[in-house]
Amino acid sequence: MRENIADFDVASIAATRARYPLAFEAPLLVRLRIRATWLAFFVLTAYCFWTFNLSPVRLWQGSGTLVDIASRMFPPTVGDAFNDYLWALFQTIAMAFLGTIIAAVLAVPLGLMCARNIMPVRIAQFLFRRTSDTLRGIDQVIWALIFVRAVGLGPLAGILAIIISDTGTLAKLFSEAIENADKKQAEGIRACGGNAVQTIRHGIIPQVLPVMLSNVLYIFESNTRSATILGIVGAGGIGFYLADRIRTMLWEEASFIMIMILIAVYVIDWISKLVRRRLIGGARETAGVVH
Amino acid sequence: MTSPSATALEFEAHYRVLGTRKRLVTLAYSAILLVAFGLSAWVGEFDPLKLLRSLPRVHEYAVKTLPTLSMANLWHDLNEWFYAPGKWLSLLLETILIAYTATLLGTVGALALCFHASHNMRRGAVSYWLVRRIFEIARTIPDLVYALIFVFAFGIGPLAGILAIAVHSMGGSGKLFAETVENIDMKPVEGMRATGANWLQVVRFAILPQVLPNFATFTLWRFEINVRTASVIGFVGAGGIGQELYTAIARLYYEDISALLLLLVITVMLIDYGCEKLRHNMIGKEHH
Repeated sequence: MRENIADFDVASIAATRARYPLAFEAPLLVRLRIRATWLAFFVLTAYCFWTFNLSPVRLWQGSGTLVDIASRMFPPTVGDAFNDYLWALFQTIAMAFLGTIIAAVLAVPLGLMCARNIMPVRIAQFLFRRTSDTLRGIDQVIWALIFVRAVGLGPLAGILAIIISDTGTLAKLFSEAIENADKKQAEGIRACGGNAVQTIRHGIIPQVLPVMLSNVLYIFESNTRSATILGIVGAGGIGFYLADRIRTMLWEEASFIMIMILIAVYVIDWISKLVRRRLIGGARETAGVVH
Repeated sequence: MTSPSATALEFEAHYRVLGTRKRLVTLAYSAILLVAFGLSAWVGEFDPLKLLRSLPRVHEYAVKTLPTLSMANLWHDLNEWFYAPGKWLSLLLETILIAYTATLLGTVGALALCFHASHNMRRGAVSYWLVRRIFEIARTIPDLVYALIFVFAFGIGPLAGILAIAVHSMGGSGKLFAETVENIDMKPVEGMRATGANWLQVVRFAILPQVLPNFATFTLWRFEINVRTASVIGFVGAGGIGQELYTAIARLYYEDISALLLLLVITVMLIDYGCEKLRHNMIGKEHH
């Protein structure tokens, strides 16, 4: 039935509303649930603001000090330790690189074991997945602090922390990529009489390799950022100097180090973009990369 | 038997050339990787022998953190292991609330600024450039560094941590939000503009409906990350369970370390699981 919009009047709209109430608004229960969700959201937020004393007054007072600190950061000054800073910065990047590469190597078998289509024993697959969840559920800085206690101060603790936490992250990403791989090619290899290893090598690896490389590059970029803080707990790299300059309130030098970090991260991101384009070409950028 | 045709021979030859070329390229990449690895090992003072020597120490440390549990006296042993459940659970709750508040503040900031940083909705070259730089600096400086600085400005306690994580989240989410806005369908925007809508109305009625599911997904994901971060900002005195963990690790209270880490891992897993459910829920609704 087709009606002319000019024929509508208040009465006919009311009649339609009476006949089709759900076309005008959601059922009462749904409306109540939405209201309740909003109410819970506001109550929770208000409680947080209250319990953390997040008041405008305190923010205002704090920002006064913050502006003071920011003004002391200018002009950024190098002090007399530029060579130390530069070496520590390279050390940070080296830690991120080594950690990522070794984690990527370790994550391949773990990722395979976590993938439902590779690991037939469900309990084992579940346990491997929980293992990788545990590795990445604990923050890199916690791992770094633990390794500083276990193997001593220095970059080795940082590298181990990166290896441990990123083996978990990469294993998860790899296993997701493997589970999303097209089954037909693996079945084809198996139908030709290929054994398990051959099936993985020729049926699955070629499909998931670009995704895996893309994930590794992403993790490397993310590590060059996060490795800058491992030094705060004594696990090597530029973070040690940065934390030290902040704690002793040498703000000009702290800001200089931060600018060095910013530049290093830009350069790494740029290189990584080039490598990505070269290795992966226009191939699919998966949603998994974001995770 | 006929001899192989010329085409087949040509094919074979071409195949061999391509194969050799591919092998050479792989070899070159492997060489570059190897050189980079060696260079990093030198700069990073990475010594495989030292690593091997330190492995027993890592193992020893790990064994020490394990609690002594006996089947006969399990309840008592567990009580001994988790000797301060009330204190730890309230610290865990504080950690989650820090992450929640920081995610909220960071998301509000990102939401307010992201339209200025996307080239299809920008309001001027200056604000576009400025907001992009703000996002970059906010997400490149690690949250722990912000926390170190904010502890000076806002005092020791959760507030410094919340603001530090919020600033970092704003940078991270802001970039993702701006990229999402850049990928929208511009037709609704043109339609709204044609009706004489102002900038704010265009954002509200033409853009938000398109990007809200993505924004929500990113925000949930950011919350998961922030829970992890909130567990370490206590290392620099910015609240949460990190302070307790730092004391346990630094003073070698071995069994506390495993108890706290276990609690933390369970919390993180539960939160990841909850967020995953919420995400599926939202994506499911989108399809109907």
